[in-house]
Amino acid sequence: MAILSLVQVENLTCERAGRRVFRNLSFAVASGQVMTLEGPNGAGKSSALRILAGLLPQATGEVRLQMSAGYAVTDSDERARLTGWMGHTDGVKAQLTVEENALFFADIYGSRINVAGVLDHVGLKRLAGIPAQYLSAGQRRRLGLARLILSDRPLWLLDEPLSSLDAAGRRVAAELIGDHCDDGGIAIVATHETLGLDATRFFLGPQ
Amino acid sequence: MKGFTALLIRDMRLAFRAGGGASLAAAFFALVSSLVPFGVGADLVLLGRIAGGVLWVSAALAALLSLDRLFQSDFEDGSLDVLALSPLSLEAASAAKILAHWVTTGLPLVVLSPVLGLLLNLPPRAYGALIASLAIGTPALSGVGAIGAALTLSIRRGGLILALIVLPLITPALIFGAGAVADSLDGSGRGAFLFLAAFSVAAVALSPFASAAGVRLNVGG
Repeated sequence: MAILSLVQVENLTCERAGRRVFRNLSFAVASGQVMTLEGPNGAGKSSALRILAGLLPQATGEVRLQMSAGYAVTDSDERARLTGWMGHTDGVKAQLTVEENALFFADIYGSRINVAGVLDHVGLKRLAGIPAQYLSAGQRRRLGLARLILSDRPLWLLDEPLSSLDAAGRRVAAELIGDHCDDGGIAIVATHETLGLDATRFFLGPQ
Repeated sequence: MKGFTALLIRDMRLAFRAGGGASLAAAFFALVSSLVPFGVGADLVLLGRIAGGVLWVSAALAALLSLDRLFQSDFEDGSLDVLALSPLSLEAASAAKILAHWVTTGLPLVVLSPVLGLLLNLPPRAYGALIASLAIGTPALSGVGAIGAALTLSIRRGGLILALIVLPLITPALIFGAGAVADSLDGSGRGAFLFLAAFSVAAVALSPFASAAGVRLNVGG
């Protein structure tokens, strides 16, 4: 995992379908920190995360990922390669088994992490052989968490990671985020709920 | 390379699982071409004469059938975001998906075509040309189709628009493909076959880039 020392967002403005979602968004998150992105529906939390991940082009402004090696990354394609992503959807193929999904994630991200161990960690070991279409929403979310671990990226961008998760699942998610940041990673989490972690909070207000 | 193979295998697996398009396209191909004799009558000479064209039109329609889900299902379940963030470039990902589509859709059509040729009384001397033209031409259907699929991936019921975009673009393959079979019947050279090959090479070479651009447009929209 490449080591990231700082995520710096400066004067970010987002427009979607010709409508301004937010403007002049600026913040910085340092290595080891969790930041929660809060705000009402439609404030642009998901859009902000997509811009940070390099999936969505910003109207103006800059996202800089300062690496500990001394150089900085601003290009959206390069940012994408440093991002561990959990969106609204989990990227799970319903027709494939849980294990096939996880193995695919490991292969596509070139991960060396043990897949069976990760499935055990997120509590899906027992379900490894069944097609993902039979998973509940919370179990799908857990498979999304497995992907996050397998992607082995320094910057985690999570959109409502706790949705559909039960109490045990929430604990697993919070632990994972905590461990990730203890290892020097950075997590930016859009959420309406408390993570139970020591996090800086950032409010995204309506324009 | 590992990512490319992983995506290729995943897409091939999905095509053969429930709801995948592989067997559907082959069945559609067989059904459409065997409906034609009911429409044009049992004139064996006429059927043998038009068999090449009939099979090529059926193949084009069959290939189109499973194309609309090529990128759309990945877009809907979030897999496209996963791919966009992976080390695999979207161009390579598109190439893997196009190859998977051809292996699961185009190749079965090639294998099935001699049987249907028999059904349509295609003269024996034309079988070589039929199989060769489909083998060379169907990758173009997958390639050009993928461009349409990438452009329409975020549109609900985009399959109809996809057909409107893709069918005119694959007309050259249809003309030269059916032409190659007709040439072999008349014994009049390989001109159509060479044009088909040229069209197919160009389509396959360009389509991963065009599809990736289409995906980028939709993911970043």
